[in-house]
Amino acid sequence: MAMIEIDGLAKSFGPVAAVRGVTLSVDKGEVLGFLGPNGAGKSTTMKMLTGFLTPSEGAARICGHDVQSDPLPAQRLLGYLPEGAPAYGDMTPRGFLAFCAGVRGLTGEAARSAIERVVTRTELARVLDQPIETLSKGFKRRVGLAQAILHDPPVLVMDEPTDGLDPNQKHVVRELIREMSPQKAIIVSTHILEEVAAICTRAIIIDRGRVVADGPISDGRIVFRTSPENGEAGEVIADARDLDDVFRALTARPAAAA
Amino acid sequence: MLKGVSAVFKRELAAYFATPLATVFLVIFLFAMGAFTFYMGGFFTNGQANLGVFFSFHPWLYLFLIPAISMRLWAEERKSGTIELLLTLPIPLASAVLGKFLAAWAFAGLALALTFPIWITVNYLGHPDNGVILASYIGSWLMAGGYLAIGSAVSAGTGNQVIAFVVSVVISFLFTIAGAPLVIDALSGWMPVELLGTISSFSFLTHFNAIMAGVIDLRDLVFFGTLIAFFLFVTAVLVDLRKAG
Repeated sequence: MAMIEIDGLAKSFGPVAAVRGVTLSVDKGEVLGFLGPNGAGKSTTMKMLTGFLTPSEGAARICGHDVQSDPLPAQRLLGYLPEGAPAYGDMTPRGFLAFCAGVRGLTGEAARSAIERVVTRTELARVLDQPIETLSKGFKRRVGLAQAILHDPPVLVMDEPTDGLDPNQKHVVRELIREMSPQKAIIVSTHILEEVAAICTRAIIIDRGRVVADGPISDGRIVFRTSPENGEAGEVIADARDLDDVFRALTARPAAAA
Repeated sequence: MLKGVSAVFKRELAAYFATPLATVFLVIFLFAMGAFTFYMGGFFTNGQANLGVFFSFHPWLYLFLIPAISMRLWAEERKSGTIELLLTLPIPLASAVLGKFLAAWAFAGLALALTFPIWITVNYLGHPDNGVILASYIGSWLMAGGYLAIGSAVSAGTGNQVIAFVVSVVISFLFTIAGAPLVIDALSGWMPVELLGTISSFSFLTHFNAIMAGVIDLRDLVFFGTLIAFFLFVTAVLVDLRKAG
């Protein structure tokens, strides 16, 4: 059984269809790169998968638990880094992580060791007692990451985990994801195409609410099954470094339509 | 106990004290209480050993000060995006609603408890009926809970704290004076008497005045209890509606 199952998810905000039938599944050991232009429906899909938004159609399951009808078991198995890594600004990372541990039912020694483990992994020790709102963007993002992996969840969903980080920080986060990947099913959304080649085992491209390409990555090569909106379904084999071209070919709009 | 209530409660209560909000609120609350009681209420000159004047100002102070506590409850989470975190943690929505409300209510209780010097004063000066005073304190706290629950629901309906404050004040005002001539006279011309009776029975003033007389009647407890439960339910519905987009 796949650990993440997304089945025909769709979401409309009034007349605007943000997501139009996304179906995919992610197994243990897979790191799925979520690509797509701004507004393609990446974040909306993630928000539905994690139970923050109610889908207009379709269903999402985490380790077999339906996110809509059975949210708590699903959310217990889930670590989620929302877009922009929101956190309570008036709290310190220590207090914030203690809160997350408490909500997740970790107490006493279990909470203490879990917090210690993620603080080491995300290198937060230096800022542990400063209010989060005073931290740099890189540290804020790492606080969000620490919160997501605090309970060592089998399923991780991260919305742009490296957005706004400097190259060193990006490297640290990518290493972290790579280390964790054998044990987990991970979805990462990103705008940085070379990141996909670096950490993902599979990539999908979402455009206008649909999956337009889906394929595994191995040895720096990617084999996409494509189904662009107005084109023929087909197969594209690309060097992962040329992902840029594939991305543009599949999602670019004619200038007149833009 | 619902899972997660205590974690949310602790976080929320700490949040009041993490910013100057708690200090500013407590200072202004106590100062205003004192000013109203001693100057406008004539506490020293009315020659009575009771706290009637002190408590009679509570509804009017709560009207403006309680929305200042409640406006941030949900609007702030929505603005800062932390609501996405809160609602994807494995706790029932009811726990989040209840934990937040209880923290705000405990904070209001603390503000109320810090008015104890006036209780000491009146006991020093005379021989008041401390049973009545205790009943009034309990009634005042219940009433604060009513205002807070209204504020919680309004805050859940908007991402803007200023709007949350203003709308809360207006709705709270209507509930406060539902039984007063201002409302009743305006409605009595065209509304059936039974409906009029129902509206005036929603008045916070009527129920609080009854408790201030020293009798905690079950009806008044049920009124405030039901009101709080209803508006917390509305809070949960509004938060959930937003999930549907």
